[in-house]
Amino acid sequence: MADIAFLLLIFFLVTTSMGSTTGLTRRLPPPLPPNVVIPPVDIKKRNLFVVKINSMNQLLVQGNEISIKELRAKTKEFIRNDANDLGLPAKFTVNIPLLGEIEITKDHVISLQNDIDTQYQAYIDVQNELVGAYTELRNELSKEKFGKLYNELVEAQQKAIQAAYPQKISEAEPKNYGGGKK
Amino acid sequence: MAQIRKKGERETPALSTSSLPDIIFMFLFFFMAVTTMKEVTFKVRVTPPQASEAEKLDNKSLTRYIYVGKPMEDLKRIFGSETRIQLGDAFADVSELQQFIINERSAMKEEDQPLMTVSIKADKDTKMGIINDIKKELRNASALKIIYAAGKRQPE
Repeated sequence: MADIAFLLLIFFLVTTSMGSTTGLTRRLPPPLPPNVVIPPVDIKKRNLFVVKINSMNQLLVQGNEISIKELRAKTKEFIRNDANDLGLPAKFTVNIPLLGEIEITKDHVISLQNDIDTQYQAYIDVQNELVGAYTELRNELSKEKFGKLYNELVEAQQKAIQAAYPQKISEAEPKNYGGGKK
Repeated sequence: MAQIRKKGERETPALSTSSLPDIIFMFLFFFMAVTTMKEVTFKVRVTPPQASEAEKLDNKSLTRYIYVGKPMEDLKRIFGSETRIQLGDAFADVSELQQFIINERSAMKEEDQPLMTVSIKADKDTKMGIINDIKKELRNASALKIIYAAGKRQPE
């Protein structure tokens, strides 16, 4: 009896692996139909938040070199636009069910551009900070409206919060602007 | 002192092994519960990057994996030390990716097909060039739900 049990135990130890997969979920844009030139979408400059990573893993955000630690705060400031700054994305008053009338920057876009020599870890760090900024904003709003954290809400409430802060991260085709060795 | 030893050493009774199977079965069930089937044998070394916002993947059966990294030590002699892509159990080229996704998708149940997720397990030192090529191929194959596999880092 014990022998059979041992055998099964060893079999399972060998064929299985511990731990679960975690990661950052993203959605790619749908494929472009071939031979169709899509006219460049006109995004107003104030609605665009450009994050560039060069081949040395340095960040250029809106034309300024900053460190990864400042990125989250900068992103939040951009998405929220508390002071209704003309240099930050335009605000619109929209009516979202469960939340009522709320002012959001619905047209903002975060553009993430990387060099082909950028290290994967640096890229994930930036993605992480951007997702983190959205998570914090969503948490703040759901605390204010429902008194709970975002992932404690029921689905309809989560939908409403998502509508207020939609994740808009565009991943442009990479450029070799960083003066990398090629 | 007053005790009188009977002749012959007093023997410790043999350890009862009748409960051994129970213990082993307990182990077995424990391992069956906490582990999952191994996806493939790794041919590339992957140390995933760390991210504090990493979420747990909800549906493993709908996920297909792409491994990106440098070949394992013992395979370096044959395959070199350049970053390679592993699909299933074998090395593959970026151009084979689209076919792989199409094959995997058609093997799924029809109602599950739009839910297919592709997990990119890439080494943290990989250059973004190869990741971009993969992303482009995935886009062409209409596999739009992707996950950048990353370890969970505790927020500071």
